[in-house]
Amino acid sequence: MKLTVWTYEGPPHVGAMRVATGMKGLHYVLHAPQGDTYADLLFTMIERRDHRPPVTYTTFQARDLGSDTAGLFKAACQDAVDRFQPEAIIVGASCTAELIQDDPGGLAETMGLGIPVIALELPSYQRKENFGADETFFQIVRHLAKPMEKTTRITCNLLGPTALGFRHRDDIQEITNLLYELGVEVNVTAPMTATPSDIAKVGQAHFNVLLYPETGEQAARYCEKHFDQPYTKTVPIGAGATHDFIAEIRALTGSTTKLDTDRLRQTWWSRSVDSTYLTGKRVFIFGDGTHVKAAARIARDELGFEVAGIGCYNREMARDVRATAKEYGLEALITDDYLEVERTIEALQPEMILGTQMERHIGKRLGIPCAVISAPVHVQDFPARYSPQMGFEGANVIFDTWIHPLVMGLEEHLLHMFRDDFEFNDEAGASHHGGHAPKPVADTPPAVIADAQDNVIWLSDAEKELRKIPFFVRGKARRNTETYAAEKGLGEISIDTLYEAKAHYAR
Amino acid sequence: MSDLMTPPPSLGCRTSPVLKQRGQREVFCGLTGIIWLHRKIQDAFFLVVGSRTCAHLLQSAAGVMIFAEPRFGTAILEESDLAGLNDAHAELDRTVAELLARRPDIRQLFLVGSCPSEVIKLDLNRAAERLTQEFAPKVRVLEYSGSGIETTFTQGEDACLASMVPVLPSTDARELMVVGALPDVVEDQMLGLLSDLGIDPVTVLPARNIASEMGVGPNTVFALTQPFLGDTHAALERRGARHIAAPFPFGEEGTTAWLAAIATEFGVSKDLFERVTEAPRARARKAIAQANAPLNDKSVFFFPDSQLEIPLARFLTRECGMTALEVGSPYIHDALHGPDLDLLPAGPQIAEGQDVDLQLDRCRAARPDLTVCGLGLANPLEAEGLSTKWAIELVFTPVHFYEQAGDLASLFARPLRRKSILGVAAE
Repeated sequence: MKLTVWTYEGPPHVGAMRVATGMKGLHYVLHAPQGDTYADLLFTMIERRDHRPPVTYTTFQARDLGSDTAGLFKAACQDAVDRFQPEAIIVGASCTAELIQDDPGGLAETMGLGIPVIALELPSYQRKENFGADETFFQIVRHLAKPMEKTTRITCNLLGPTALGFRHRDDIQEITNLLYELGVEVNVTAPMTATPSDIAKVGQAHFNVLLYPETGEQAARYCEKHFDQPYTKTVPIGAGATHDFIAEIRALTGSTTKLDTDRLRQTWWSRSVDSTYLTGKRVFIFGDGTHVKAAARIARDELGFEVAGIGCYNREMARDVRATAKEYGLEALITDDYLEVERTIEALQPEMILGTQMERHIGKRLGIPCAVISAPVHVQDFPARYSPQMGFEGANVIFDTWIHPLVMGLEEHLLHMFRDDFEFNDEAGASHHGGHAPKPVADTPPAVIADAQDNVIWLSDAEKELRKIPFFVRGKARRNTETYAAEKGLGEISIDTLYEAKAHYAR
Repeated sequence: MSDLMTPPPSLGCRTSPVLKQRGQREVFCGLTGIIWLHRKIQDAFFLVVGSRTCAHLLQSAAGVMIFAEPRFGTAILEESDLAGLNDAHAELDRTVAELLARRPDIRQLFLVGSCPSEVIKLDLNRAAERLTQEFAPKVRVLEYSGSGIETTFTQGEDACLASMVPVLPSTDARELMVVGALPDVVEDQMLGLLSDLGIDPVTVLPARNIASEMGVGPNTVFALTQPFLGDTHAALERRGARHIAAPFPFGEEGTTAWLAAIATEFGVSKDLFERVTEAPRARARKAIAQANAPLNDKSVFFFPDSQLEIPLARFLTRECGMTALEVGSPYIHDALHGPDLDLLPAGPQIAEGQDVDLQLDRCRAARPDLTVCGLGLANPLEAEGLSTKWAIELVFTPVHFYEQAGDLASLFARPLRRKSILGVAAE
C-alpha cells in the first residue's frame, strides 16, 4: 500500500485510452465500473477534444458481481461494434475488472465480431499510464502490421505520439516538415492520426522515427525485428539534439539535401547580450525521462544554466536518467512521490524549476519560477497557437517558454540599480507578470525560520541588508549565508557575515 | 403561508412514467464528494483505500493540484496487498499511523472504500473499529464506501454523512437538524434565517469540526438541503428522527417552500414568516429577473449527474420560464424528490439511470436550447452545436437559498448569453 496525494501518471488503461483516442476507426471496450468514465474528461476538457473518446465502459455495479458481468461485457462489446462500426477493437479491464477475472479478451475473441479483436493485459496494480500506452500500441502493431514490400521512395513512420501527450500535436507537424525537407516522406504517423488500416501499412516504411520512447519504444523494437526497420535514437528536442537527429536521418537515408536553418533563432537569442543573465542559473529538472534528458542538455549547453538536480517519475526511464545525471555530476531522483520531489526542491533552492504541472505548484509555493517541460498535462499545455517542442521551432518555443518566468536581463540590471525606487522595486516582481509575481516565501517570517532551522540569529541590520537583495536571489543568499555561518560556527549573522558569505560563494 | 406563491401545476411529474434504461453511465463515482467534503469538515482527512485510478480520478476531478496539501489521499493497493487480506490490514494500519503522525491536526479520519477494496472484500468497518480504539480519544475513525459499483457521484456525500449518524450521541431534545454540506457562507445565511424565525436550537450535519455538540433522537426533526441524501435520511429515521419533507431550497420559490415547511413544523406565525422572508424574497426575485432573460421560453435537457436535476428543473421551469424536455437523474427517491416533482409541470420525460448512447440519441433529436451534462459530454455536444452547462459546477458553486438564486439562474444563462455574443458562428 502506498500513500499517495498526487500522481504523475494515471493507471495503465488511461494509457490505452490515449492510444485509442489518438487513433481513428479504433474502439476500446473497457470492462470497468461506473465512475471510470471520469477519464473521458481528460480528453474533452484538458485537450478540448470535440469528440468523446472512442471508449465503451461496461459500467458494472455491485449487484452484477454475483451474476453475469461476463454477459454484460459481451453485450457492451456487441453494442459498441454495432453502433460505432470500428475497423478493429481493443478490449481490456480496468483495475476493478482485473480483480473479477472475466477475461475480456477471451470473451470478445469468441464473439465472431468480424473485425480484429486485440486483447490487452495491463496489470493495474503494478504498472502505470505510460506502460499502458506503450503496451497497447505495441499490441496493435503486433496484431495488425504485416511485413510488406518497402515503398520506392524513402519513407519512415513516426512512432509514439498519442492523445493527451505533451505537445504531440505540434511535434508531429514540425518533424514531418523537417523530414520532408530532408527528402523523407512520412508513411504512417501512429498511434495519433492513424487508423487500423494505416497500422497495417507500417511495414512498408524504410525506417522509424521514435518520437517518444515512453509510448512507442516496444513497437519500434518490434518493427526493427520483424520488418527490418531501424529506428532513430535521438529525440529531436533542442537545437543540438535536432542537429544530431538530422545527422542520424542522413546516415539512415543518405540524404545530403541542404537544410535552411534560418528559422532556428534560439542559438542567436541565447548568444545575444541580454541572455548573459541566464549564465549559471541553477535549475532543477523533473518530468518524464525523455523530456528531462533533453531539457538537461538544452539547459547546460544551449542556455548556459547550471543543472542543480535532475530526476524522472517513470521508472522505465530510470537507467537513462541516472546515466544522464552522472554526466552532470549528479545523483538522479527517481520517484513518483510528489512530496519527495518537493522536499528535494526545497533543499536545493534552485533559481528555476523545469518540471511538470506538479512542480509548477511546488514552485508557486516556494516562490521559485517554473517552466513546464513534460506531462502530466494541464489545460495550459494545449495552447491554441503552434507550439512544438521538437525541431528548430521547438527550440525557439523552449527558449521563450523557459525565459518567460524569469526576470528579463535588462530588467535585472535595472532592479539592481533602482531597487529602492518606490515603484520599480524588487517586491513588484517581473514587469510582465503583473500581480502574479512569485512571492518569496523565505521572507515569512524570516527570523523564525532561521532560528528554527539552524539556530543562527540574523541581526536586524543584516536582515535589512538581506531585504535589499532582489527577491529572485534572496532565498539563495539567505541559504548561503546561513550555511556559511554554520560552517564557521557563528551564532549570529551580521552585515559582515552576509558579505563574507557572498564573497565565499562568488562565482 | 403559501398565498404569495405561484400555485402548483394542475398536473405535476410525481406520477409521470419513469424511463429506466441500463447501459453505460457517464457519471462520477462517490469518491468525487471528497473534493468538497474535505473543505467542509475542517479537521477530517479522507483516506481512499483503492487503486491508482481512484487517485487519478480525485486529482482530475479536482483539477490538478488546487491545494498544496489536501486533506485527502489514496492508499494505493499494490500487487502484494491483493495476495492476503491480513497483510492488507497490517499495511492499512501502517499507512494510517504514518498519515496521522504527519498530520497531527486531524481529528476525524474517514476510510473510504473503493471498487477494488469492495471487490477484494477488505473489511474497512473492522479496520475503522480497530483504528478508533488505537487512536482514541484523539482521532475518530469512520468508514464509508465511495465505490463506483455502489455509489454515483453525490451519493458519496450521502454515504459519508450516513456513516456519521450512528456515532451521534442520543438526545431527547426537540431540535432541528439541517443535513447536507453547504459552503460556509450559505450555511450561515440559512442559520440566520432560521434564527430570525425563532427556531432554536439548530444543528448542522456535517459539522465543521468534531467538537461541535450535536445529538439525535426521537424529538429531532431534520430537513435536507441536498436531494441526494437518501441513505442519511434512512439512517436518521432509524435513530428516531423525523424528516420534514419539502422542495429543495433552490431559487426563491424553493427556498420559501423549504423554510415554510420548517416554520409550520415549529409553529412560526404567518406574520413573523412574512416579516423575515419578505426582503430576501424580493431580492431573490429581482436577482433572478435580472439573470433569466436568456432562459425564457428556452428548452432544457438534463443528463443524470448529481440528483440535483429534479429540483433544478423545477427552478428553471417555474422561476426562469424554461421548458424541460427530459429530466434524467441517477436515482429518484419519492420521499426526497416527491415535493419537487409535484411542482414540476407534467410534460418532460423523467428518466432514472442511464444508457448514455441512447440518451445522446434522444438529446440530438430533441435539439434542446440548453443541455445540462457532465464534463465528458459538454465539449462534444458543443461541437455539435448544442449549448451546454457543466453539471459539476452546480455542485461546486454556492447555489442554495435566496441570496444565491440569481447566481443559480446566471449559471444556466451564461452559456446562452455567450453563444449570442460570439460573432463567429460554427461552420
